Amino acid sequence: MGITLPILILALPFTMFLILGIGGVKMSRKLAGTLGILANGALAVMAYIVAFTYFFSGEAQFILDGVRQQVQLFDVTWLAFTERMVVNIGFLLDPISAMMLVVITTISFMVHLYSWGYMEHEPGFQRYYAFLALFTFSMLGLVVATNIFQMYIFWELVGVSSYLLIGFFYKLPSAVSASKKAFIVTRFADLFMLIGILVLSYYVSHTPADGPLGGASAFNFMMLNAQPTNVLASTLGATFLSGSVLTWAMILIFVGGMGKSAMLPLHIWLPDAMEGPTPVSALIHAATMVVAGVYLVARFFPLYCIVPDSLTFITVVGAITAFYAAVVACAQIDIKRILAFSTISQIAFMMVALGCAYNEPIEGVHYSGLGYMAGMFHLFTHAMFKALLFLGAGALIHAVHSNDYTKMGGLRKYMPITHITFLIGCLAIAGIWPFSGFFSKDEMLAAMFNRHWFWGAWMTMVAGLTAFYMFRMYYLVFWWEENPEYKTSHHKPHDAPWQMSLPLIILAAVSCVAGFIPFGELVTYNGEPYHIHIEAPVAATSLTVAVLAIGLATAMYVKKNPWPTRLKNMFPALWQAAHRRFYWDEIYMFITHNIIFNIICRGIAWFDRHIIDGAMDGMAAVTNWCSVRIKGMQSGTVTAYVRWYFIGAVLLAAITWICLL
Amino acid sequence: MFSNLLIWFVIVPIIMMAGLACCGNSNMKAIRAVMVTCSTVLLGMAIWLVCEFLRLRGAGDTSEMLFQGSWMWYEPLNIHLAVGVDGISVLMLLLSAIIVFAGTFASWKISPLPKNFFLWFALLSTGVFGFFISIDMFTMFMFYEVALIPMYLLIGVWGTGRKEYSAMKLTLMLMGGSAFLMLGLLGIAWHSGSAGVPEWNILQIAHNNSIDPSWQNLLFCFTFVGFGVLGAMFPFHTWSPDGHACAPTAVSMLHAGVLMKLGGYGCFRIAIYLLPSAAQELSWIFIILTGISIVYGAFSACVQTDLKYINAYSSVSHCGMVLFAILMLNQTAMTGGILQMLSHGLMTALFFALIGMIYGRTHTRDIRQMGGLMKIMPYLGVCYMIAGFASLGLPGMSGFVAEMTIFFGAFEDSDLFHRIFVIAATCSIVITAVYILRVVGKLILGPVQDEHHLSLTDASWWERLSTVTLIVCLAGIGFFPNWINETIQNSFVPIVNALQAAI
Repeated sequence: MGITLPILILALPFTMFLILGIGGVKMSRKLAGTLGILANGALAVMAYIVAFTYFFSGEAQFILDGVRQQVQLFDVTWLAFTERMVVNIGFLLDPISAMMLVVITTISFMVHLYSWGYMEHEPGFQRYYAFLALFTFSMLGLVVATNIFQMYIFWELVGVSSYLLIGFFYKLPSAVSASKKAFIVTRFADLFMLIGILVLSYYVSHTPADGPLGGASAFNFMMLNAQPTNVLASTLGATFLSGSVLTWAMILIFVGGMGKSAMLPLHIWLPDAMEGPTPVSALIHAATMVVAGVYLVARFFPLYCIVPDSLTFITVVGAITAFYAAVVACAQIDIKRILAFSTISQIAFMMVALGCAYNEPIEGVHYSGLGYMAGMFHLFTHAMFKALLFLGAGALIHAVHSNDYTKMGGLRKYMPITHITFLIGCLAIAGIWPFSGFFSKDEMLAAMFNRHWFWGAWMTMVAGLTAFYMFRMYYLVFWWEENPEYKTSHHKPHDAPWQMSLPLIILAAVSCVAGFIPFGELVTYNGEPYHIHIEAPVAATSLTVAVLAIGLATAMYVKKNPWPTRLKNMFPALWQAAHRRFYWDEIYMFITHNIIFNIICRGIAWFDRHIIDGAMDGMAAVTNWCSVRIKGMQSGTVTAYVRWYFIGAVLLAAITWICLL
Repeated sequence: MFSNLLIWFVIVPIIMMAGLACCGNSNMKAIRAVMVTCSTVLLGMAIWLVCEFLRLRGAGDTSEMLFQGSWMWYEPLNIHLAVGVDGISVLMLLLSAIIVFAGTFASWKISPLPKNFFLWFALLSTGVFGFFISIDMFTMFMFYEVALIPMYLLIGVWGTGRKEYSAMKLTLMLMGGSAFLMLGLLGIAWHSGSAGVPEWNILQIAHNNSIDPSWQNLLFCFTFVGFGVLGAMFPFHTWSPDGHACAPTAVSMLHAGVLMKLGGYGCFRIAIYLLPSAAQELSWIFIILTGISIVYGAFSACVQTDLKYINAYSSVSHCGMVLFAILMLNQTAMTGGILQMLSHGLMTALFFALIGMIYGRTHTRDIRQMGGLMKIMPYLGVCYMIAGFASLGLPGMSGFVAEMTIFFGAFEDSDLFHRIFVIAATCSIVITAVYILRVVGKLILGPVQDEHHLSLTDASWWERLSTVTLIVCLAGIGFFPNWINETIQNSFVPIVNALQAAI
């Protein structure tokens, strides 16, 4: 494969950003929208060609003896810190980046199309498409990164695109503060990632230039991943708090991923990010950007495996987050917030799968990289059905003009397309055969059971909760009791225009069939094919749990009944805590506002004005004071001069006398 | 003498002053014509100098300074007018020319006394250009003073708010720094000269390297503090918030954009290059001070409500980063320091230009009284956001390149002391994001605060020209950093060698 397509894949969205960003003001909505959609369609076609060539062409460059290869299609120097630390910008093609190319361009295209209808009447339509293009560019740059520094660059860029899109309705104070929060929280996490990169590259770049790690820049993924043992050896056994320095570096890098992927305790920005336009939530905060953390772990997988403590850390963080988010999702009212917490929970699922994919034999048992494959599989299927759910939620909000399910109910009659596609999304996420979520979730659970029964059982429980809260939402929106306002209202809720319905139908179709993709043949940790087979006991358990949970949700929410309220009143504290997301925002608010802002910042500012500057002003004041005192001597009065003359003469005489003695 | 290209960087501003002197007092057209012509010529010369410099280097000219020239000025004290440039001074000249150019357009409608304003402005730029081309310490110091004195009048006459107080404070503090500096320079000159004749030529002093180490320590403190005052080093930074807050737009631009760079430039060119063993021994003291500057300035900026104060404290933080990087004494970090100077110069100039433009319309700089400017003046709003992103180190802008080079360079020193301070310095990327987004959120985004602001207009053509110039440069460095990086790195070779030899 030449380098034309890869370069175009990066250049096209960026050019679109410049064209729409600078020239957008002068364009009509139609022109800007058409340009954006066409460019993105072309981009999707190119990405498909690249991905299909990679997976199916059978060229020796891409697959050698049945093993899929990693290929750097191009890699040019961007900045050289030192001889060994060289930042390149390149295009790395391997199973996961090829898969991500497909995911990103597909969802992005769907969202471009959908927004044509959804954002029709919003001011700043052109700006919106410009930002979407910027985001697509940054995300593509992130997944094809050939080195950790390139990834960091695009990591920051997706953060900014996310900031711009969350704050798209910039006149609303809530949108502004949500965008600010998202950026600062992820920036805080990126700080750790940066330190992790600093540590890692410091040790790697200080190995001999003609040694095994000397071949490429110290940031290069292929070089680092190919020889994890040498990377570990490069730290020369340095430790910090009894952990190897490499463990710490990998955990620090992972913290960056925790920020972007909204893992506890850095999850607080994602629910607020729902202030952005709904299609943006579908693209950035459900399907692509938020899985960057998972992608990061997958990208550095060999290095994580060489320091298993870091994988344990990932597993624990993921398991806690998955449970926490699932519980909170059961007590939300805003449907976008429910989906946001569901996203957090599902991403945490992938994290746990990766954490359980440790592929070295432990105590004689060989764990395959099953978790890796399953995590990536779930990333793929989740992107499709979660985008579907968000876009469906967008159609609901478009029809009802509210985010709260209390304003909905009984919508199945008014919005049949939305209803069916949304149901498909719910079935997929709940893991019901034959929808896509069943297959990926089954593989993930199998990997977790392989690692330890506890993780498997724990995550099966989370899967049950997932089915419950999804169907709770589904019933409250589409069944329950019809909102009486619909009958009297002039604008009865109705299905969205075709630009919005078409993406829903396409994504629903994908969610139905994606499970049958032989994913194991395409994406595995070492490039060798893995033959997926359904593990009957695991599948049966998870299916039973899911069906039971759906049954419970049906019993509780299919028709209006007092039971949910009664249940809520039975455990008011618990419901309140879950509804308020276990007070994480309040804790953060206290720390940032009361301690950092009011005590530290104000304290420093006061210190600066009154102590440091006070000292400077004080010096001036003392000089002034002295001069006022002394200037009296120069009074022009002869008697005073004579007096001073005598005093001076006597003093001099006295001093001379004393000295001479 | 006049065949030397560098000398024209001083002559053109002098011609500019002469031209202005010939203009009528309120003949705005003539004044603008002179200013635009001369600043364009300067910018053209600077670009040409960069090209010529790179061509000569590419052709294999490896002497430390190019375009050298030396003319005796005062024989008894061996003072020369000696000029020469390496990659760093070339880039600094380019930066100054860009900012003089942008500053001219930013003060398109200055009043009162436009002629006198531009006269002082031209004198200030004479000093700045003269400083960067000099390699004789005495003439360097002279140009340094030439650049400082006009500040007093520019702030005192054309400023706003408590302008007399601020002008006096700024001048006195910087003069205090100069006093230290003069002592240091005299010490260096006398200690490296021979037979009772002082040596002022920087290259010669570095070559002789004959200053006694115990004297070096004292002289290092004098020169570093002297230049550090201008580089807004904690605790000598308090002139900066007051001074910037009261200065007129173009003066703030030139002062923060270029004049503060004189401090950083002097620190490595004189304090570190000429006194390498003292630099090795005493750098820790100043690492502590500059490390404090970085975090302290950023925290202070978080609670300010005046736009110029926010930016002045942000400058304290960013310029602290410059000195911090230079004190790391290794090639990568020092290169990052110079990149940060360029980046900060362009970015702060852009900020001050925008603040001036906003202030000119709303007549307030208090962020509590403004809001939603994006709706009223979208062009200025977008520019402000771009400047903000440059400041918080967004990839694709120069700030990111500079900060990353500094961090990766500074991390090379593996002892605990350096590590702690590097990690503290990296924290600034978060705090910077906090105060930048706070201002952007209050000022540019959100609902319109004041009904009267709805009738305000967006940028005029000269304001657009001024800001676009700066933004293009910021993005230019951000997208294609490597040629600048290489130019700077090569120029640091002699300095790093001197430091290595001194261990």
